Amino acid sequence: MAPTNSISGNTQIEEEYGSSQRRSESASVLLRELVAHLRQNRTQLREEWARRITEAQLLTAMSKTEIFAEATSVYDNYVKALETGTFEDLQTYARNLSERIIPRGVETHEVVGIVLQLRDVLGRSLFGKYQTDFNMLNRILDAYEPAANRIANTVAVGFVQERERIIREQQEAIRELSTPVLQVRERLLILPIIGVIDPQRARQLTEQLLRGIRTNRAKVVVIDITGVAAMDATVANHLVQTVEASRLLGATVIVTGLSPEIAQTIVNIGVDLGKMNTVGDLQGGIEQAERLLGYKVVPLADAS
Amino acid sequence: MDVPILKQGDFLIATVQAALTDADLLKLRSALVQQVVRCRSRGVIVDVTSLDVMDSFASRTLRDIAHMIRLRGTKMVIVGIQPEVAFAMVQLGLKLEGVATALDLEEGLAHLNQELRTKDERL
Repeated sequence: MAPTNSISGNTQIEEEYGSSQRRSESASVLLRELVAHLRQNRTQLREEWARRITEAQLLTAMSKTEIFAEATSVYDNYVKALETGTFEDLQTYARNLSERIIPRGVETHEVVGIVLQLRDVLGRSLFGKYQTDFNMLNRILDAYEPAANRIANTVAVGFVQERERIIREQQEAIRELSTPVLQVRERLLILPIIGVIDPQRARQLTEQLLRGIRTNRAKVVVIDITGVAAMDATVANHLVQTVEASRLLGATVIVTGLSPEIAQTIVNIGVDLGKMNTVGDLQGGIEQAERLLGYKVVPLADAS
Repeated sequence: MDVPILKQGDFLIATVQAALTDADLLKLRSALVQQVVRCRSRGVIVDVTSLDVMDSFASRTLRDIAHMIRLRGTKMVIVGIQPEVAFAMVQLGLKLEGVATALDLEEGLAHLNQELRTKDERL
């Protein structure tokens, strides 16, 4: 306990310093004793924990043996984190664990639940051991609780971070997929756009198209916007800029499937339509592109 | 830095190799416009592959060169504009109106050959 009476001067500072050092020393002694206790009763506490997990109907996606195996390694890591006071190993372990169990549909509340269960199991066993010595119980709980809470925190945060990482990856993948640049013929690319275009997607679309023109050495590009219901002036402008930038790379752009609303928008922003090469539908666009490239598609019967 | 201008058959090829100052651009302009007739060239290619920035002066000068060369009776193609440069130019409103562009040197040559063929056929 820090002295609360108001003695001023060096003596008090020294005393406080000394007492806090003593306190942390005694805390580490207590933690060591705690760890020894947990090691001794490893089997029994583990089983108790696994039983509680099943009882609370947590981790229903996993079988009993799996739960027990996972519980064992979590238990050991838990005790190790208590012993060393470092959480890096536990963090790594929590991330690995999350990576393994997230695809199996384990929810956040389950992960938090099992860690809290373990904390309770261990807490109860401490009660059991020190019930005769209330003072000692108090001190050992003082040492145990902050560490246990920190562990629970670490595991939960690790799980949520892993989950967020997966979500970010998926978002990235969806974004990539949403703007495919496809080659349908030598030097002819099509870019079908479906859904709402926001400025960010429009920018990404342009980037992918310009890069695609370069890598596929495209001469003609058909941008099909049949699947776009409406676009605002900013995005329409961006589309026009994309057409012009493609021309600077030496590619002709044909825009197909403009809806009446989009036609209206483009007329309203006053774009010079002479530069926009537009065709009614995708088929017409591809046919015109083939003409530009010098292809002629004829039925086999006529060709022979 | 001077831009080397090479004669390759019927064509003149100017390859920009580093960032150009305004003075360099003007020098390139007079050199190209002079040589195009002196060498009896039928086409000019300006390769800007190594440029990662194109400011308004550069793009206006290139456009002027193209128009001047057309008045001297020849065609000019700008090749090798990088995707990022292209989009930046368009956003700044630098569109190189009325100037032919192609992906790279090979495409530029193909474009000029095509133009020559159609011109010869018409004659």
